[in-house]
Formats: sequence, structure tokens, C-alpha cells
Amino acid sequence: MTLDAAWARRWAAQAAATVAAAKDDLTELDRQIGDGDHGHNLDRGFRAVVAKLDATPAAADETVGAVLKLVATTLMSTVGGAAGPLYGTAFLRAAKVTDREELDAPAVVALLEAAVEGITARGHATTGEKTMVDAWQPAAEAAAGADGATTLAVLEAAAAAADAGATATIPLVATKGRASYLGERSAGHEDPGARSTALLLAAAVAAAEEP
Amino acid sequence: MKKLLDDPENAVDDSLTGFAAAHADLVEVHGLHGAGPVFVSRAGGAVAGKVGLVSGGGSGHEPLHAGFVGAGMLDAAVPGAVFTSPTPDQITPAIQAADGGAGVLAIVKNYTGDVLNFETAVELAEAEDVQVATVLVNDDVAVEDSLYTAGRRGVAGTVMVEKIAGAAAARGDDLAGVQAVAERVVANVRSMGVALAACTVPHVGKPSFDLGEGEIEIGIGIHGEPGRQRIAMTSASEITRLLLEPVADDLHVASGERVLLFVNGMGGTPQSELYVVYGRARALLEERGVTVARSLVGNYVTSLEMQGASITLLRLDDELEQLWDAPVHTAAMHW
Repeated sequence: MTLDAAWARRWAAQAAATVAAAKDDLTELDRQIGDGDHGHNLDRGFRAVVAKLDATPAAADETVGAVLKLVATTLMSTVGGAAGPLYGTAFLRAAKVTDREELDAPAVVALLEAAVEGITARGHATTGEKTMVDAWQPAAEAAAGADGATTLAVLEAAAAAADAGATATIPLVATKGRASYLGERSAGHEDPGARSTALLLAAAVAAAEEP
Repeated sequence: MKKLLDDPENAVDDSLTGFAAAHADLVEVHGLHGAGPVFVSRAGGAVAGKVGLVSGGGSGHEPLHAGFVGAGMLDAAVPGAVFTSPTPDQITPAIQAADGGAGVLAIVKNYTGDVLNFETAVELAEAEDVQVATVLVNDDVAVEDSLYTAGRRGVAGTVMVEKIAGAAAARGDDLAGVQAVAERVVANVRSMGVALAACTVPHVGKPSFDLGEGEIEIGIGIHGEPGRQRIAMTSASEITRLLLEPVADDLHVASGERVLLFVNGMGGTPQSELYVVYGRARALLEERGVTVARSLVGNYVTSLEMQGASITLLRLDDELEQLWDAPVHTAAMHW
């Protein structure tokens, strides 16, 4: 299993399929505490990503970073809302540290840490505020903790931590983003951005497991 | 869901197609049906030497913002998907299209998505040597402005900011001057809204929040997202009081002062009911010794077909009053 540009392309395709399947669920989560469009916006973005990648044949020396950059700019220009700039920035920062043909375990850690830094810088959020940071931050930390393991194990640790992080947003009271307008009433609902983050990282694992 | 649509996915483009055709003398609509980034600019292009004004946000709030493109108000507007902020690749060309060489003021409603996308777009426009200033509208008193929220939302008061800043730009103020006038409006305008029923986003197909038959939501934003409380349906007088008092208190409007009273419809409430609210609100203001010097009643910042209304107060001084009265010629506002 090699984490190369082909993996990054599979990741994007897998993410698109996962988001398409989950779009109604994500939108339903967003209806509870946001404005009810997260799944649809993300689906629109990832459909555009797949179309863009299909129209851009892989070069022989293509890097992971080049694929992630294309994902970033496409999400930024198609998703809108808060998720567009946040995911766009995450992938853009990740692209900057993965401008190479193949990732080793430390490079996967660097990818996730760069993504988290991008999201927190753009969204001015930190953990515990019931946002996607609550999935990204534990994912990056789990990946760093699993350093020395195989790239697949690092990704799996990140995805599992993101999943747990998303679930852990349920009791939180939102203090950032649109859910913050609900105040105490935001407790009891999972944050849609944290859930979609968990789905994207699960897609990265699935793409790595493919032959 | 019953709506006058062909394909919900194309609702925004199909609407803008009609808008462009109906108002070809006022606006040009770019990028429809996949031709590129979608934005609206003033027919005839930017006015040389005048500060340009750009605003934008999710669609579904019509006539905001495209309905306010024209002489005396906006030079460009950027419609996103329904209730979703536009993207930087739409906003940046709109900023460029509005630039007549004197710089551009971006009027941004304080919603996380709008702020993030405009921030990115402004950086891109500045990299193309356009001078851009930004004003953030945050008139909604329903949300506590604190570390524990994303801050107050920008809602109906945005219309006052666009109109008055537009008049300042039209009379020839420079970018810093137009920005200062816009900031003064922001500092003196407050709003609060109520939803009697939810609305349905076309591509989602079901109501965007659940509100019981006998319930109303006080302190909504312009998507129906809540702010203060959910209560049992009550009289127009009581609802007006629940909206007006927090607005007037927050603005610290005092006896002897003059205000503009704006009763805005959310799209699904008839004009007749808006006038009921207006009459009650005006009486409450008069009880406080406040003079209603200017008025606006109608659907200006809507939430699709949502039933509901908002009340906005703008504290007036001679200059703001003059700028409000200055000529404006747009699809949705003209005098």
C-alpha cells in the first residue's frame, strides 16, 4: 500500500461517494443546529472535484500535493458557506506539505497537522467549540501518537479519533459558527462539520486499503 | 414541497435569468448556467472615479442583494446558493467589476460563511491591485455579542447600510469616507426578527427547521435560525413589543431622538400584517418620545416563503437622513 498521487485521487473519489451517500444525514444534522445544507453543499463540491480530476489526467510525476491542491481550489470555489473556505484551506495547507510522490508515516502526520492549522487559522476556532476542529484536532493528535506505525495504521488512528471526536461533539454547547446562536439548545446534536470530517478521513483509509 | 421551479438544483440560475431580463437597463448578470462564476454588476460597468460598493450572500433573501444594484446603491452583488454564502471565485470578479479606480467597499453580513469567503476574496482582489475596505454588518440584537457566539448576525439593517453608503459613494466621498459612513450606520442600526413558520430550501425539499403549529420563534436570523426563545403564538401587539423593546433598548434610543423605522417581511407575511406591526411599533416609539422620521415597510430581506417579520431601527442625524433621502434607482428600491 503506497500513499501516492493515485491514492490521493482515490481518496477524493471515495470522499465524493461517501459524501453523496451521507448527504441527507449531514443535512439533517445541519437542520438541527445550523441552516440545513451542509450535506448538499459538500456533495456539490465533491462532485465538482471528481469532474475536475477526471478532466485532469494524472501526470507521471504527479504529487500528492498537486492532487490535494486541486481538491482545495475546487472545494473553495464550489461549496460556499463556512465549509467551503474551511475545507479548502485544510486541503490547501495539506497540499503544501505533501508536494512529493509518496507519503511516509511522518508525512501523513504533517498532512493532518497542516490541515488543522489551516482550519483553526481560517475559522478562529479551537477544540470544545462544537466545530469540525473537534474532529480534526484529535485526528492529528492520534496520528502523531501513532508515529512509527505504518502509513495505513496512522491513517486508521486518525480516522478513528475523528469519528470519536465527532460523536463527542453531541453534548457540547456551540460557541462558534451558526450553531452558536442556539446556545444551550445546541447541546444534544452532533456537529455536522465534525461528522463530515470523520467521513472524509474514513474515506482516506478506504482509499489506502484499495489495491 | 410546491414551488414554481423547473429543477430545484437550477433555482438560483433560473431566477437570475429572469431577473437579468426584467432589469436589463439596471444590471448585467454574469456566469449563468455554468458559464463561469455568477455575479451581478451594474449595467454599463463601474462608474469611473466613484467608490464601488459590493455586497453578497446566500440566495433566498431577495431582493437582497441583487435587487439593490443600481444608481445610488450597489455596484455589484454576489448571490450564493440558497442560504449559502457565495465563493471567493465569485466575489473577487464582482469586486473587480465594481472598481471604478477609487477602490471598493465590501458590505458583509456577519455570518461565518460570508465572513470567511469575503475575507479570502478580498485578499485575492488586493493581490490584483484593487483597494478594498470591508464593513461588517451586525445589527441583530437577538444574539449576544460575546466570546460565546459567532457574534451578532447581519440581517435587515444591511439595507440601510447599502442605501446610505451607496449615497455617500454617489456624492463623491472617497473610500475612507464611504467606509466611515457605513460604519456609522452599523453603529446606529439594530434589528430583531420573528418566525411564525419555517421555509423550505428548494434543493433540500423540507422545512429548514421544525416549528409547531402554535409556536413562534423570537430572535431569528434571516434563515430562521434561532436566537432568543420559542414561545406560544400570541397577538401582533405582543410580538411587536417583544421585537421592538430589545431593539430600542440596545440602541439606547432616547426621548427626542429621530429614527428610521423599518418593518421587514420574511417573504410569507402579507403587507397588511406588516403594517399592523408597523403601526404598533410606531405607537410604542411615540410612547418613548422617539420620533419616527423615516419609514420603510415591505419585503426587503426575506427568507424564501418564511412567515415572519423583523423590526429595524436606525438612529438618524441630519447627514444620515439626507443620504437616506438621496435618489436611488435599483430594481427593488427607487425614489
